[in-house]
Order: sequence, then structure tokens, then C-alpha cells
Amino acid sequence: MSTATFPEETRARLEVDAKEIIGRYPRQRSALLPLLHLVQSEEGFVSAKGIAFCADQLGLTTAEVTAVATFYTMYKRRPTGDFHVGVCTNTLCAVMGGDEIFAALKDHLGVGNDETTEDGRVSLEHIECNAACDFAPVVMVNWEFFDNQTPESAKRLVDDLRLGRDVAPTRGPDRLCTWKEASRVLAGFSDGRGAEGTQAGEPSLTGLRLARERGWTAPDPDRLPVGDDPEGGAA
Amino acid sequence: MSTGTTLTPVLSDNWDRPESFTLEGYRATGGYGALRTALGMEPDALVDLVKASGLRGRGGAGFPTGMKWGFLPKDNPNPRYLVVNADESEPGTCKDIPLLLANPHALVEGVAIASYAIRSSQAFIYVRGEVLHVIRRVRHAVEEAYAAGLLGKDVLGSGFDLDVVVHAGAGAYICGEETALLDSLEGYRGQPRLKPPFPAVAGLYASPTVVNNVESIASVPSIVANGAEWFTAMGTEKSAGFGFFSLSGHVTRPGQYEAPLGITLRELLDMAGGIRAGHRLKFWTPGGSSTPIFTDEHLDTPLDFESVGAAGSMLGTRALQIFDETTCVVRAAGRWIQFYAHESCGKCTPCREGNFWMVQVLDRIEHGEGTEADLDKLLDICDNLLGRSFCALGDGAASPVMSSIKYFRQEYIDHVERGGCPFDHAKSTVWGGTA
Ligand SMILES: Cc1cc2nc3c(=O)[nH]c(=O)nc-3n(C[C@H](O)[C@H](O)[C@H](O)COP(=O)(O)O)c2cc1C
Ligand code: SF4
Ligand code: FES
Repeated sequence: MSTATFPEETRARLEVDAKEIIGRYPRQRSALLPLLHLVQSEEGFVSAKGIAFCADQLGLTTAEVTAVATFYTMYKRRPTGDFHVGVCTNTLCAVMGGDEIFAALKDHLGVGNDETTEDGRVSLEHIECNAACDFAPVVMVNWEFFDNQTPESAKRLVDDLRLGRDVAPTRGPDRLCTWKEASRVLAGFSDGRGAEGTQAGEPSLTGLRLARERGWTAPDPDRLPVGDDPEGGAA
Repeated sequence: MSTGTTLTPVLSDNWDRPESFTLEGYRATGGYGALRTALGMEPDALVDLVKASGLRGRGGAGFPTGMKWGFLPKDNPNPRYLVVNADESEPGTCKDIPLLLANPHALVEGVAIASYAIRSSQAFIYVRGEVLHVIRRVRHAVEEAYAAGLLGKDVLGSGFDLDVVVHAGAGAYICGEETALLDSLEGYRGQPRLKPPFPAVAGLYASPTVVNNVESIASVPSIVANGAEWFTAMGTEKSAGFGFFSLSGHVTRPGQYEAPLGITLRELLDMAGGIRAGHRLKFWTPGGSSTPIFTDEHLDTPLDFESVGAAGSMLGTRALQIFDETTCVVRAAGRWIQFYAHESCGKCTPCREGNFWMVQVLDRIEHGEGTEADLDKLLDICDNLLGRSFCALGDGAASPVMSSIKYFRQEYIDHVERGGCPFDHAKSTVWGGTA
């Protein structure tokens, strides 16, 4: 398809970014995943134009790029909402209430899995374990953490998103960015917000708090218990 | 409490201090002192030190870290690479992500030491893509380290050069498998490679490569700073040191508990305030969904590699997902298998087909449309998966099914006999527990 290319001005702008990305790697093909995030940051999904752009930058065929893009679930093939809501329904979160949250959001938004509201604001998807099980049930918006959700809190969250209110993740930057902005961070471009937000949520600190309370620490390297059998290594 | 094991915060020790994730905050507790020490040592001496510590990989398989570093061939002229596996996607596993959020410099310092030890001047940190703020944090730490001369050209004036690239994945559990990760990092679909050759011989770009988990590498600075004997003073003889035990699910205080290997669930539950009020333990995973489930019979099994193995499971990633008596084990196993089916890379038949069929069978059992013969069918499929799939994802998928049938066969049969699920799922939820 000859029409499947970005307008000249977009292309020129993205080429500068692409050069920077490619320059980070010893071999240029390693830049493919970040380049796909980059084209997703332009259009909100990976279109035929995006694929052609990546192929062109790396000297690959569009078939080669398509084969990679379709392998990874974060690359979307259709337009996504400005706010992409993922509800964890892997076993632990599902049992703790993730299934109820997902059902409530489908009902509340009137969309199914992998669909977007008519106003284009919110898309919904059920996702796999997002490495936050001690904060279950977990909801992600644009891949930022919204921990310890309930059906009510999740409905409020999507209402706020649709009304354009500022929303802050529980462990994330001070304000949620859009899907396209998030994709740009994934492509490797800083938005300068790495130092914002909390360093550790409550569950992350539970063990440490208990250790402080009880005076538990790792051994003092200068006063190790004298063992009769010195360590034998890993043999 | 049976033996009186206590917690040993090391990697989490600064998480309650101001700005723990900044270079300044990390340095305030002695950070980067170990890098200075390491740069004054011979690289081989560092490999020997890590060998002597007995540190075993914290990413699930428990392979001795020093030995892995020692496998890099001395005579290969290609560049060497260190690749940190920060893909953390095994269901239940939630330790690397909070570590990277609160204390990314522990990893960055570990990367610098490990790279120097294996004589690599290029490292990659492959972070799963679905954790945006963690990616920002790690990049922020790497940028700070560059600016302070801790990375880049001539690290701390030692003549050692090191570049570190933070690479975001794009959503695929299989990319946590080390050879699939390398294919993904090379810009391909993430599918496992045939081993041998192992990454040590032909890894990234067919060059000698070490792949290590975040927690493994982040533990290295503490070993350099405090010595191998300090490390072996914790844990058991064959499972040395400390690690995160991540408690989730139906416990009073879920979260991260950094403790010596060999601690028991009974001890951990005691620290976590027990199973949530009014309920009792039913089943749990010792190390993620790919490790066979345990029950209350195993409360006193020491959580080290050997003891958990001897009891029929695996230590894995110490992801303790805890379920009380309100939880339907058929639903739990069925959901995990949906995950494996979804994440199967499709390269080999036992895993691609086996998981697809198990989803169908488990679904009909859960909804009361199965038969007792379906249990044999499931075990048959597992037989075909276990040891016959191309990579450990397929083996892992057999775990929840086989172990849940082993301990809760009757519960499967109840679904068949009653024509449906005997459990009220609402009671399992966070808000339904007291209703
Ligand atoms: C399906 C699958 C997923 C895996 N996911 C991860 C992961 O997310 N993080 C990790 O460190 N290791 C993971 N592993 C283990 C790696 O293959 C490898 O053993 C590990 O990164 C080595 O590091 P270590 O020796 O420091 O543990 C996974 C293995 C399999 C089979
Ligand atoms: S076992 Fe599954 S994930 Fe592993 S290679 Fe085979 S199909 Fe792919
Ligand atoms: S199961 Fe939901 S975050 Fe792990």
C-alpha cells in the first residue's frame, strides 16, 4: 500500500527520534521494540503506517515487522482510548475481587474486553499479573498502578477519566499521562517525572516496619557468629 | 513460631528512608562503596567471592550465580554482555518491581560490579513494559549514575567503561525466559532458543552473555561490602543468604518480607498477622503459579531450594500466594491455565495444544459440565507437557493442575456431581471476607 506512510512532516520528526533510539544499541534491529512504542505514541496504536516506518528505519520488510508487532500484547492494532484501563484477572487478583471489578467496569462503561467508549476516552482490557499481587486487586491505567481497588473505586476512577479530571496513580507520577505520552516513555524518551510519587507502598514496607519494631536486622559483618564449618561455596 | 527466624532487611533496608531511590539517598546509607571496593579487585577475585557466597539465582531456577559468571569462555573474542532480567511476570511474583521503585541504585551498583567482574562494557536492563513508573525510576537512577561518573567512560577513574541501556518490553510473559528475552532484545518475537549453546557461550548477538534476575544482581553489592561469610551466616548450607518472600492474598498484612532462606510459612504468617480474620489456610504457592501448590501440611517446610523440592514443589520466586477456605481450587487452577494458554509462544505442540485443551476441560469442570474422566484427561495432558515441552513455561503449566488434583481431587468431583461450583466467589473478595 503506497498510502500507508506518515505525512512528510511527521516522518521527518519521528526520524530524528528513531535515529536516537537506534544509536543506543550495538545492532540496529534491537531498536525494533522501542520503535514500535514510538509509532504507537504517534497514533495511539500500531498502524500500517507505523509498521512501514519501522521497517524503513531498520531495513526490514513490513512482514518482518508485523510478525514482531503482533507477538506482543502491548502493541494495539486498533485505536485505543486516551486512558487504557487494565484490570488484573489473574488468579490472585481475580479471587480477591478483580473479576467483580472487571464486570462492574464493563457494565458501567458499556464496553466489552478490548473495547473503547464512544467518546474515545477509555478503553478496557483484562490483564495478567502485573507484579503487584500484594496490592490486590490491581487496576492499571496507561500502565500506572492503581492499587487495592474495589468496584466502587474503579467506577469513580473511570468517571474521573472521562470527565477529564486529574487523576494520580497510587504508585506513580503526580498526574496520569495519556496513552500516547506513556508510549513515548516506553520508547525511551524521558518525561522528567521519574522522581515524582511515592517510593514504596504500604505492603512494600510491612516486613521492614516489623523488623524495625522488633529490632531485627541482617547480621553485623564485624560480629559474625563463629561457625564450625566455614562456607563451602556452591560445589 | 517454631525456630525463631527473624527478618533480615538488606535490599529493603532503606525503603523507609527519605528519597531512597535517589543517588543522594542511596549514598547516605553507604551506597556505591562496594563498587569502589570491587574496582580495586581483580575481576576473577569477584567471581570467586560470589561463588564463595553461595548466591543462587533469585529469578526462579536457583542456579549458582558465581558459577554462571565463571562459565563465560576466556578465549571468545566477541564482546561480552550482562543482561538483567526485570521482566517479572510469573503470577504471584511481586518483589523486583517494588525493589526497583524504592531502591533502583542497588541494581545499578550491582550491574556495574557484575559487568566489571565478567569483563563486560555493555549491560542491558530488560524491564517489562507494563510498569511505566518503574521504567522511569530505573532510567532516572541510570542517568544519575552516569552524571556522577559511576557509569560511562572510565568509571570512578578506574579505566573501566560501562554503558547501560534500559529496555522496555512489550507484554509477553515468555520474554522472562532467558533465551526468549535475548531474542526479544535482538528485536524478534520472544521465543525460546534451543540450549545448548547456553547464553554464556552464545547469548546476545551470539556473544558470551550473562542473564541474571534483578534481585540476584542487586544482592551483589552487599556481598562485596560485607563478605561471603556474612552472606552465608544467613540461610541454609545450600541455600545461602536472604531473599524477598512476597505474601499476597488472604493474609492480614500482605507484603514484602526479606528473610533468610529456610524460613517457614508458619513463621511468615505469624509476622503477617495470620490468615485474614475468621478464615483458615487452604492452599498456597511457594514460588509462583508454576510451582506446585502446597496446603496446610506444608506450614513447617523450610522455604529453601532443597526442602521445598523434597516436599514436591519448587522455591521458585518465593511468591507466596495464599488462599483461604473460601477459594475454589478449580477456579484458581483454571485461571492459571488460561494464563499459560494465552502466554504460550506457540513454538512447540505439547504446550500450545495442551494448554488450549486444558482451558476447555477445566472450564467445563468448573461450570459443572465435566465428568470424572476429565480428570484423567487433564493428567494425561500434563504428562505430555511435563518434560516434553521446549521450555519451562510448558512444565510450569502442569504444576497447578497436577498439584490441585493431588490435594483436592474431591473438590473437582464435587463440581461434577453438583453440576456447578459449590463456592460463593463473593466470599473470597477483599470486601466479602466478613460478609
Ligand atoms: C516462562 C518463564 C518466565 C520467566 N520469567 C522470569 C522473570 O520474569 N524474571 C527472571 O528473573 N527470571 C525469569 N525466568 C527465569 C529465567 O529464564 C532465568 O533463569 C533467570 O533470569 C536467570 O537469572 P538468575 O540466575 O539470577 O535467577 C523465567 C523462566 C521461564 C521459563
Ligand atoms: S513450552 Fe510453550 S512457551 Fe515454551 S517454547 Fe513451547 S510453546 Fe513456547
Ligand atoms: S495477580 Fe494481579 S497483580 Fe499479580
